Order: sequence, then structure tokens, then C-alpha cells
Amino acid sequence: MRPRLYWPVTLAAAALIGLLAYGVFSTGADTTLDEAVARGERVDPPLADLQVLGSNGTASLADYQGKVVLVNVWASWCAPCRDELPLLEQTHRRLSRQGGTVLGIDVKENSGAALDAVAEFGLSYPNLRDPDGSYVREFGQTGYPETYVLDRQGRVAAVRRFPVTREWLDRTLPPLLEERV
Amino acid sequence: MRALLVALLALALVAPAAGAAEPRASLPDIEDEVMCLECGTALNVSTSPVADQEREFIGELIARGMTKDEIKAALVAEYGPRVLAEPDDSGFSLAAWIVPALASLVALGLVVALVGRWRRPAAAGPAGAGASGDGLDPADARRLDAELAAFDPGRARR
Repeated sequence: MRPRLYWPVTLAAAALIGLLAYGVFSTGADTTLDEAVARGERVDPPLADLQVLGSNGTASLADYQGKVVLVNVWASWCAPCRDELPLLEQTHRRLSRQGGTVLGIDVKENSGAALDAVAEFGLSYPNLRDPDGSYVREFGQTGYPETYVLDRQGRVAAVRRFPVTREWLDRTLPPLLEERV
Repeated sequence: MRALLVALLALALVAPAAGAAEPRASLPDIEDEVMCLECGTALNVSTSPVADQEREFIGELIARGMTKDEIKAALVAEYGPRVLAEPDDSGFSLAAWIVPALASLVALGLVVALVGRWRRPAAAGPAGAGASGDGLDPADARRLDAELAAFDPGRARR
């Protein structure tokens, strides 16, 4: 290759490879949270003001400090999410008597469909909206449903990347509920 | 009778114009401009439950008599700007606008450069050729002859 063309072509190829690499790595799932929780660490969650489902108001996880919060990422088009909603409602009723709450984050659906599901399953816990899923992505979200448990200081203490079970809830929640701020 | 014909003709001319101003939205017309948020593909090629729900939402808006632009605005209000197939004009998504433009410019530059190179020898014609008549300058021609002679002694005799 002629010297006159060598550097421009090399630089253009390097820039293209760099762009592709950035695209691949910036869209991959972040496992930082899982690794930290697996080491027994408590991690500050990403915070953002999200729309409250069924209202024009906004709320963030910071508003729930002092409570044990079971954050559930769901959507009504997701069959496994629908399957666990009754268990989550039961858990919320139990938690609300012990200084805790379930908090749903409805992802990638219109509010009408989400409200229909809330009514259908008789959900009494609050729900926030993440219309394009950009907020839950900061938790390293890879699928539906996912659940993160926040301690009373608002830090992530447990992560579940698939549907919760009663056994997992019974093992995860009591120690956190006993903690005091 | 004549007045009635004129009136009908006028109505026939005006009616399509009125319809063109406010075209009725249709699902196939909107689907290819909307993304399935979960699958990352256009709605018209997606069969996921998310896409089905988005299509249902669009269908409800069509039934309410909304125009295409109104429906797209409602989709953005419900799902955010990523629901539209048009890429963002900020952050990494900006690359979707810049890279094709840059690639087109580079391709155009290459075409211009290559066409210039291809045309040069033809335009130069015999005048561009060296003394040997084969396009080499005299120094290169002498060097070529010498090296060929080293491999093929018979050539030196010819």
C-alpha cells in the first residue's frame, strides 16, 4: 500500500473497530451489582425520579429509605412476571406490617396495560414506570422478572435475576427486617 | 340538472383534497416506523408479546381516529423517544447518523481518486510512456532488462 494511503486507511479501520467495540461493550449487561452482592457487600442503587403508575407524580427509591424494599421489575406482557404477582402481593401485605414494602417497576409497556394488570391481580403496593427500560438497565437487568431487595439504608442487599420463590423470600427478608437504621 | 352535475363535480374534486390533508392512520403504515422496545427490531417484523401489546395500543389510538403524527406522539409519551425507529441524535446513537454520512464521504472520495487514477494513463497516452514504449521510464526499463537478463541469458543475446 502506498505510504500516502497507509495512515488514513489504518486510522479509519482503527476508528471503526473502536466504534464497534464501544457499541458491543456499552450494550452488554453489567454484572457489577451481582458480583458485589455475591461478596456480601451492600451497594447503593441507581437513583432516578420515575413516574408513579396511575398518577402524574414521580418517586424514587430514595423516598423509601428506612424501609426494607422489594423492588420488582415486571411487565404485564411477561408471563413469568404475572405468575409471581400473587406471591408479591402476599409478601407486600406481610412486609407492610414490619416496616417494608414491595415496589413494582413496570417496564416497557403503556400505563393502561399496566393498570389493567394491577386491577386484575388486586395489587396494593406502589408501582413506578420505566417506559423504555433505561433505569432498570443500570441494575444490570437482563430479563423479566427481576427483584432487588434494599435494606433500610436504601442499599441493595440481594438480587434475583428470575422469578422469586417463597423459599427465597423467607430466607432473604427476615434478616433485613430485623436490622435497624 | 346541469347545476347538480357541477355540484357533484366540485364535490368530487374537493373531497380527495380534504382527505389528503388528514390521512387516516393505519397499522401497516405506522408499524415500520416504530420499534419493538424489547426486541430492538421494527414492530412490523416482531412477533414478541411486547410488540403485540404495542400493536394493540396503536390499534386503540387508530380506533379513536388519531392521525399518524398524533399516534407517534402518544407512543413517545407512553414509551419514550426510543419507541420510534429513528435513532437518537445524542450519545452513542449519534454514530447512527454520523457513520453513514462519513462512510458516504469516504466512498465518494475513493471513487473520485480512483477514477482520476484510471483516467490519467489513458489521457497521457503514448506521451506518458517511457522510451521503451511500455509505460516505464528509461531508468526502470534499463533495470528491468538487466534483471531479466540475469535470469534468462538468452534474452541478452536476443
